[in-house]
Amino acid sequence: MNPSVNAGHPGVLLNVQGLSKKYGDREILRELDLIVESGEFVCIVGPSGAGKTTLLQCLSGLSAPTAGRVVLNGREIHETPPEMAIVFQDYSRSLMPWLSVLDNVTVALRSTKLNKQARHERAVAALTEVGLGDHLALYPWQMSGGMQQRAAIARALAYQPEIVLMDEPFASVDAQTRADLEDLTLALKNHLGITVVLVTHDIDEAVYLADRVVVLGNRPTQVVDIVEVELGAQRDQISTKADPKFSSLRSRVYRGIRGEAPTAADAVEG
Amino acid sequence: MKRVKLLAIEAWLPIVLVTVWLVASAGSGSLYFPPLADILHEVRELWIFDATRDDLLPSLGRIGVGFCIAVVVGVVGGVLLGLLRPLEEALRPLLEFLRATPGVALLPIATLFLGIGDEMKIFLIALASVWPILLNTIDGVRSAEPVLLQMARSYRFSTAGKIRFIYIPNAAPGVFAGCRLALAIATVVMVVTEMVGSPGGIGWFILDSQRSFNIVQMWSGIVVLGLVGYALNLALRLVESRVLAWHHMKNG
Ligand SMILES: Nc1ncnc2c1ncn2[C@@H]1O[C@H](COP(=O)(O)OP(=O)(O)OP(=O)(O)O)[C@@H](O)[C@H]1O
Ligand SMILES: [Mg+2]
Repeated sequence: MNPSVNAGHPGVLLNVQGLSKKYGDREILRELDLIVESGEFVCIVGPSGAGKTTLLQCLSGLSAPTAGRVVLNGREIHETPPEMAIVFQDYSRSLMPWLSVLDNVTVALRSTKLNKQARHERAVAALTEVGLGDHLALYPWQMSGGMQQRAAIARALAYQPEIVLMDEPFASVDAQTRADLEDLTLALKNHLGITVVLVTHDIDEAVYLADRVVVLGNRPTQVVDIVEVELGAQRDQISTKADPKFSSLRSRVYRGIRGEAPTAADAVEG
Repeated sequence: MKRVKLLAIEAWLPIVLVTVWLVASAGSGSLYFPPLADILHEVRELWIFDATRDDLLPSLGRIGVGFCIAVVVGVVGGVLLGLLRPLEEALRPLLEFLRATPGVALLPIATLFLGIGDEMKIFLIALASVWPILLNTIDGVRSAEPVLLQMARSYRFSTAGKIRFIYIPNAAPGVFAGCRLALAIATVVMVVTEMVGSPGGIGWFILDSQRSFNIVQMWSGIVVLGLVGYALNLALRLVESRVLAWHHMKNG
């Protein structure tokens, strides 16, 4: 589709500076700094209730930060910019039940100024890419959870964004579907050269998918560790997860979440 | 096969009741309850098609125009008030008051301002039947799924796009429920305004027949009115089953 302009030349795509968020007196996020480079797969991992959804909403301009700023391609974000698409945590509620999956995708392309024919073609291509090519006419509630999540991913892809934000996209599907969707996401990301920021509470998932894992601690949430994952671009559910590097990375992330200091061994591995 | 079964479920009770009425009233000498067979004969004689042309069609015209006004005003107003919360809060007491006032209670004042012709009748039909549609639309707009609204914002839907693809479809089941209620109210108001207003229309026909002691003719009007009410409701349900196909499939 649309390989990101900067794919070959890593550069800063998303820059988060001193991001804080309070709901009333409750401090959720405290002075987060984060840089995402073009073409990177970044996983943000944190415990349930840490404020991961809140963070993604700030990153996408759906919610205004209390302090700090979010800059995408050099411009500060106040609403979701056209080069960004989101896959929501609650996929079943983020699809319109009154429209077929195909229409769910085409309707989301209306702001792109493409004509009807082009929107249709793009939607069909994206749905085919995620394996829903034979199910275009189904309504979301006629599909399994995994299929609904594929549809939500297709909607984001059809939008041809430079960056996709995903909020625990695989949290409520079964293990097998989850592995399939993880591999689908990796393959699409590699093939399209887009940047992905994925939020999850699952450490294995974060290490398996990411080029870099950002570890969040408990509330008020701060970045406690940033872990580079050098497992190569080609990953495999069995051999990657059996790699000794994988297990040392995941124990480092685990300790970060628990609030323990990284050990010397971690430093060598990382 | 399924159709036949549905039809049977729909029709068995009316068939039984009509048969009972036919048998029980056969040979009745009562002035007020003439035999159903006579009434049906009168229906055939009168309503195919002279009275239909002279009285029924004008009635249908009035209820059609009045009901359509109610739907348009109810949906457009409901979307506006649903989206503009402060405006709705300011108007809420007034709306509740107007809704609680039976539309026909405004008949005397409506006749003062609009006379006894079509304007008054259509106005009252629309006024009395707009409330369930308006209030259900407001609720439907308010109850739009927050995740969907975030999705719409993130994909940069225009306001018109949000209304068309999120708010209206979300309100649609409630709007149709409101329309069914509104149609029943509209029928009542149509009959009442015709009985009180200028001559013509099925309501006037029934009252006029009674006044001239033509009881069989009066009953024929009532039977036709019942059939018309049933047909209107059926038409609305047909539209609904088209528009809300997704909703009926989803909820079994
Ligand atoms: N709109 C809001 N108003 C007030 N408090 C909120 C709001 N949204 C979230 N919170 C609070 O912020 C905290 C973080 O919520 P958030 O949904 O961001 O967590 P999360 O990490 O995404 O959790 P999960 O893993 O369960 O999805 C929670 O304690 C929640 O109660
Ligand atoms: Mg969340």
